Amino acid sequence: MCGIVGLFIKNQALESQLGALVAPMLSEMTERGPDSAGIAVYRNPQENGCKITVLAQHQDFDWGALEAAISNHFSLRDITVTRNHAVLSLDSEIDDVQVWMRDNWSDLSITSAGTNIEIFKGKGNPAEFIDQFDIKSMTGTHALGHTRMATESAITTEHSHPFSTGQDLCLVHNGSLSNHNRLRETLRKKGVHFKTDNDSEVAAGYLSWRLSEGDDLDQALNHAIEDLDGFYTFAIGTRDGFAVMRDPIGCKPAIMAETDDWAAMSSEYVLLQLCQALKMRAFGSLNQLRFIAGKGVNND
Amino acid sequence: MTEINLEKSTIRELNEALQAGSSGDKFSVNNTVGKHALSVGLTTKVDVEINGHVGYYCAGMNQQANIIINGNAGPGLAENMMSGQVRVTGNASQYAAATAHGGLLVIEGDSSSRCGISMKGVNIVVGGNIGHMSAFMAQSGCLVVCGDAGDALGDSIYEAKIYVRGKVKSLGTDCIEKEMRDEHKKELQQLLSQSKMSHVEEFRRYGSARKLYNFDIDQVDDY
Repeated sequence: MCGIVGLFIKNQALESQLGALVAPMLSEMTERGPDSAGIAVYRNPQENGCKITVLAQHQDFDWGALEAAISNHFSLRDITVTRNHAVLSLDSEIDDVQVWMRDNWSDLSITSAGTNIEIFKGKGNPAEFIDQFDIKSMTGTHALGHTRMATESAITTEHSHPFSTGQDLCLVHNGSLSNHNRLRETLRKKGVHFKTDNDSEVAAGYLSWRLSEGDDLDQALNHAIEDLDGFYTFAIGTRDGFAVMRDPIGCKPAIMAETDDWAAMSSEYVLLQLCQALKMRAFGSLNQLRFIAGKGVNND
Repeated sequence: MTEINLEKSTIRELNEALQAGSSGDKFSVNNTVGKHALSVGLTTKVDVEINGHVGYYCAGMNQQANIIINGNAGPGLAENMMSGQVRVTGNASQYAAATAHGGLLVIEGDSSSRCGISMKGVNIVVGGNIGHMSAFMAQSGCLVVCGDAGDALGDSIYEAKIYVRGKVKSLGTDCIEKEMRDEHKKELQQLLSQSKMSHVEEFRRYGSARKLYNFDIDQVDDY
């Protein structure tokens, strides 16, 4: 069992409240996932540049050394360090930066890459995560959050969601996949990198691979329904919004609501708290699924 | 009428108060915000009106109590109900009335997948549609659906009876359409009027072909 939340702001005036609205949704998912938490937030788009989030394996990582080294190779616009994460904005080619990071900084892992996305995650209680990363003060257009109750693999920050699936793409998962070991081996042979033995990371890797093969997001998700075996509700973040997909027998929950100002999804009805906070009525029924702010497929 | 506000009371306080109620007591429950396990394990004839949406396992194990939910219900509504009545004015999520032994569950809206799974004597009346795998391994009781039914209705069913007014997407293994005789019309009429549902015509009846009761090597593919 895990908890997923997503919020897309349609009314620009509310973008400054994104974190303040998502934090209580994530916090309410603690019972579904007390082991770790994570968030993907879309904000501060880098025009003609790129942005990557990196995660250090140790709290005492020397970020100054990284800043000096990266400035020698690339045109660094900004580096913002939050605990064991850093967001780097650069004027450089994103692929070059990622290759350089992988080749030279093995104790860092890249949690996200793109122009808008930033991914933060941490072990432990979601409430601590929310405080440590000051989620409540985050601004942005949309965010996906996850609380994890580990069933398939170890509890570490790297096993935590969201998983990056490509530039400005990420995935959070509630459920478990039964064919992830074989699929991971197949994808490795096709050149997909995996950092953990986690099943959800395989789903993320699968989508990355389909997209690199030329699928658009709709096609990649439809292929995923064919090739992923198990139980899942996925929320997939894109630069423009997010999508929600469930397995064909609908084992895992998803509740969605939309108003003129925002669209939201959650594993539980708790998102109605958000609606109350905004003094609005949610609509949409249980098990109703569709893409938010994008081209849609129905997978009810 | 005793009012319980879940902004102030915990779920445990709510359930303790309801379980301590005497026959005829009335309760109203407010500010539910999708909370789980509301109004569970009641054993007396109390009336409970829940105003708002509820999360998982509302009205579980109910005996005798009459529970109305003015809103939608999450998964596991009235699970293992023994007797009494539960009514939800909106929709219900997965596996409503799973394993329930008795009583009446009325869902005015739609019910999601696995409605009445392994039902053992409960009567369920759904005003709208039901999802896939409903009445899977249903043993006894009636499932009445005023709308349509999803895939694999009544798979591996025993002696429960299913009445559907709309379309059935597909029948599960060993579930077949059966003749609507007078006794069935009477039973259906009674359940619909008890549930305050107006449709009485056009129902079809489904039940067990009774071919899976004993293992038969020739039918191994059906299991």
